[in-house]
Amino acid sequence: MNLETKPGSIPPGTASKKIVGVLDFDGRADPETDPKLDLATARRIYEAMLRTRAIDARLMRLQRQGRIGFHVGCEGEEAAILASAAAMRDQDWLFPCYREVGAALYRGLSLQTYIDNMYGNANDIPKGRQMPDHVTARAQHFSSITAPIGTQITQAVGFAWAAKIRKQDVVTATYFGDGATSSNDFHAGMNFAGVYQTPTLFLLRNNGWAISISSEQQTHSRTYADKGVAYGVPAIRVDGNDALAVYGVTRAAVERASAGGGPTFIELVTYRTGAHSSSDDPTAYRETMESEEAQKRDPLRRLRRYLDRQNAWSDAEQTAAEEKITSELSVCIEKAEAAPAPSIASMFEEVFEDMPAHLVEQQAECVNGPRTRKRH
Amino acid sequence: MTQMNMVSAINDALRFEMRNDDRVVLLGEDVGKLGGVFRVTAGLQKEFGEDRVIDTPLSETGIIGTAIGMALGGLRPVPEIQFGDFIYPAVDQLVSEASKYRYRSGGEFTCPMVVRVPVGGGIKGGHYHSQSPESMFIHTAGLKVVCPSNPFDAKGLLLASIRDNDPVLFFEPKRVYRALKMDVPEGEYTIELSKAKVVREGEHVTLVAWGAMLLEAIAAAEEVKEQGIEVEVIDLRTLWPVDTETVVASVKKTGRMVIVHEAAKACGLGAEMVAQICEHAFLHLQAPPRRVTGWDTPFPYTLENEYLPLAHRIVPALIETAKF
Repeated sequence: MNLETKPGSIPPGTASKKIVGVLDFDGRADPETDPKLDLATARRIYEAMLRTRAIDARLMRLQRQGRIGFHVGCEGEEAAILASAAAMRDQDWLFPCYREVGAALYRGLSLQTYIDNMYGNANDIPKGRQMPDHVTARAQHFSSITAPIGTQITQAVGFAWAAKIRKQDVVTATYFGDGATSSNDFHAGMNFAGVYQTPTLFLLRNNGWAISISSEQQTHSRTYADKGVAYGVPAIRVDGNDALAVYGVTRAAVERASAGGGPTFIELVTYRTGAHSSSDDPTAYRETMESEEAQKRDPLRRLRRYLDRQNAWSDAEQTAAEEKITSELSVCIEKAEAAPAPSIASMFEEVFEDMPAHLVEQQAECVNGPRTRKRH
Repeated sequence: MTQMNMVSAINDALRFEMRNDDRVVLLGEDVGKLGGVFRVTAGLQKEFGEDRVIDTPLSETGIIGTAIGMALGGLRPVPEIQFGDFIYPAVDQLVSEASKYRYRSGGEFTCPMVVRVPVGGGIKGGHYHSQSPESMFIHTAGLKVVCPSNPFDAKGLLLASIRDNDPVLFFEPKRVYRALKMDVPEGEYTIELSKAKVVREGEHVTLVAWGAMLLEAIAAAEEVKEQGIEVEVIDLRTLWPVDTETVVASVKKTGRMVIVHEAAKACGLGAEMVAQICEHAFLHLQAPPRRVTGWDTPFPYTLENEYLPLAHRIVPALIETAKF
């Protein structure tokens, strides 16, 4: 990797417009920038990307069939999410937006637990209190997802700051979309991280769109990375559809943060080939051609071609992996659909550590009161 | 025992708990080198260092957002919002995040932190240094709201709040900060949250207040005593979850209630307490429950003593309620 691709080599106050890449469209690695990722990890990232795409497709179908209420996927952004998550160490923490559940799965969240979340059933970790895809995965060092844009950013800074105060070697990475760069928390988070040099990675998934708002409407900055200059936070642009580039840059930023070198702002330049969510219709605001062009840059195809060149993946493995996730999903969906809804009493629990008198009263009123005729 | 005002009692509580628990950190605007604009955190950075008493950039969003991250990361942050009037940029973090972490994560995450917030009028602060925004946070499930009326309670309630495993908004009535001194024990004691205190017993009218208005309530009770009206004064101390039981028990005895607060009348805590009394003690009522509150206007500068529900407005409300 040449100097410019190493975040540690970019002094605060500068941001290059150049987009760091490793793989070309045919999966050839640039020896200058190749992070020389071991093949086992490269295979693991590829398989996770494959699984994430298959899960997204299945969940979108379930939503269209009316079997789940909502889905927000990450089609086209799998490398940005999974290769960056793979570059984090076990002790590190992720503060996600709502498009990165694949990272929790990569870190060991069981598929069943995720699918239970999609159904909001009694086995769901948040106990049906949140919409689908708003998962919590503490064991995977993955915080609790919410919908307000950007709020996780300052929290990631605070968590890293706490680790620094307690002299623990923990780096946090927070994911957010391009729309979030306009939020209060992006500004406050970048500023606090800069002033206090917290070990925090700001992972911007620049997928081109904040629902229907394009980057041109989101900012007049030359690039999103330029915003790092104002905060004195080193910033770098990376091809977010290039798993090896994402991994290499993220890993270098983790190492620098761990060594006391402070935060890094990484602009993962990618493209949201799908809709914003199951509730969105992108044909209302963008041309189909644009999506087709983006599909040529497909992150899965590029990493697959790279693995093929190393003889590290085969068609048989591809088929086996696809069949495996298909059947795993079927089993998980069947179990999730058979599971009961959370208990009515549970709606009143965990508002506070101990249930105060007014909630005891309301819980009894609800549990013993009339039942809705609508299905849960 | 040492004579302390509320500023020194809160400082003493913070110092005690920072010595006792190295997870406790303070952060906010001007809290370190300066010791806070009200000097509540004076001397603490010198004793505990810049890692534990942190001067932050000027951003309430950043202060509360990072404090939440610190709480998730195992610390017990005590962020300060310089004036309650400046808390609004942090409302997203308080309402959507701090208050919801436990619930939305099925109990996997908790967010133990105490947000210290100087509140209230009577200091010639005008609209932007006088508000009492408790109601909007009470209306948000998952936040506790505490408001002491004197130095002794301030220390005991603050220690209990820091040890609580839920987020607490600790409202400090600025008007009381240096208004009175009283004996405050050195060392450790706590006052249980969600427990109101009957500070004066009486049989004719129940008078509910907290914070700076408690002193006005007591003054009003003294004044009507001359007319033979015995007022039972209750200091709520914790505004949410509120101790309805103590208030209901008192109203069942007196049959009458007046509630006082600085915040605007509409949807104030007084409205909730009147509703609670109607639901739980309706057949005991001898008179309509009465609210004496700030008006439904912005908080004014020049006329603040006409806005505030001071004793001159509480007295006639007590007499009319007692004689209804």
